[in-house]
Amino acid sequence: MSHVAVFRATFQRELKLLARQKADWVNPLLFFIIILTLFPLGVGAKPNLLREIAPGVIWIAALLSVLLGAERQFRQDYRDGVLEQLVAARSPLLGYSLAKIAAGWLGSGLPLILVSPLLALFLGLSTEALTAVVLTLLLGTPLLSLLSALGAALTLSADKGGILLALIILPLYIPLLIFASAAVEQASFGLNYQAQLAVLAAMLCVALALVPLAVQKALKLNVG
Amino acid sequence: MFKWLDPYAKPQVLFATLLWWQRWLMPLSIVVLLLGTVWGLGFTPADYQQGDSYRIIHVHVPAAIWSMGVYAWMAIAAFIALVWQVKTAQWAIGAMAPIGAVYTLIALFTGAAWGKPMWGTWWVWDARLTSELILLFLFLGVMALQNAFADRQTGDKAASVLAVVGVVNLPIIHYSVEWWNTLHQGATITKFAKPSMDPSMLWPLLICILGFALLFGALTCLRLRTAILQHEAHRPWVRQYVQEQQHAAV
Repeated sequence: MSHVAVFRATFQRELKLLARQKADWVNPLLFFIIILTLFPLGVGAKPNLLREIAPGVIWIAALLSVLLGAERQFRQDYRDGVLEQLVAARSPLLGYSLAKIAAGWLGSGLPLILVSPLLALFLGLSTEALTAVVLTLLLGTPLLSLLSALGAALTLSADKGGILLALIILPLYIPLLIFASAAVEQASFGLNYQAQLAVLAAMLCVALALVPLAVQKALKLNVG
Repeated sequence: MFKWLDPYAKPQVLFATLLWWQRWLMPLSIVVLLLGTVWGLGFTPADYQQGDSYRIIHVHVPAAIWSMGVYAWMAIAAFIALVWQVKTAQWAIGAMAPIGAVYTLIALFTGAAWGKPMWGTWWVWDARLTSELILLFLFLGVMALQNAFADRQTGDKAASVLAVVGVVNLPIIHYSVEWWNTLHQGATITKFAKPSMDPSMLWPLLICILGFALLFGALTCLRLRTAILQHEAHRPWVRQYVQEQQHAAV
């Protein structure tokens, strides 16, 4: 089978799974919203303070909720032997990994973007800042999905997957966090933030080119 | 080049070579480090502005330079392990990561101790400090991943993938953090410009940098030899070696 055929087959299957197992995308979304509610309770509900910390808070909540869903990304396929069969049949794992990552983004990235107008109400963001939040999430969440898929693939057969995944992947999220929250902050002051968006887009392009290769390698070494 | 490297992929050959190197590097590193630190701490003039407290530079800067150097060597080993499937290169990652983590810790600790009298605070969220801290997390991540698997081989391979991913990410992290915030003083010694430091202070510093490099080499030899013995414990040559050692001890 070619890469494209494997991609299509895997992607269709993942979409069906997302439609049937709604908890897979609802739970990370709820987690995201709950974290955002915790912050005003923790630091106090002064509108100015909330507006100031909003960029960082939103992005940290997004990092964590994408990470939460990532652990199970390949686990089912690993346990029931699908991955083993794919490796044994020498079918292209690159198409499989890309389809998994794309579906992972649909499940854990896209819902965050759709729910982000709610944030404007919670954290008192201006319209400009909200636009920046949506744009950075649009560029940033695919990057989150790529990196968390890499972490999930690396820790696939590890004994203590969950916490280890967070440990090795969170440091790699740091550049994204810096540029994304800087963009939102600039926007909330009414300044231009195209430079940050361009950097985010560049990081996404690099990751899109390289990460699937690493994911493929990581999957193989965990199965083989 | 590979023909030249090939015999060293064999654990037994590498073991003997490392033993030879270790015998030279260990005493040499101790002598050089003693020379550098005694000269630097005892016999250089005090700084006109920072007084005697600048002397910590002789520990801080070499540790900081080599914390990154160790990561680079680790990434080279990881690359060799991934491309040519050399087992000994995978073991080298596990041998180097803790050394790098300790160097990073030394750099952070001495940096904090230096920052307190100079900047008036133990810690600032400055670009270099932050990237050094992240470097520590990367080292710890590699170590944690390597030890997380029931099957040791999988752990070795996974760690080599992570080390290579980390080295691609390291410049991105470095520059994004730099862009984010900077308070740290600029680099004092560079290759291209005349160093902004008096020769009487520069020489002991350079000797200390060399000493840290030699110590890294010696410790890597020691740890890699231990790793080879552990991984190859079932081989006849290891049993024979252990018996010889016991014999010599009696």
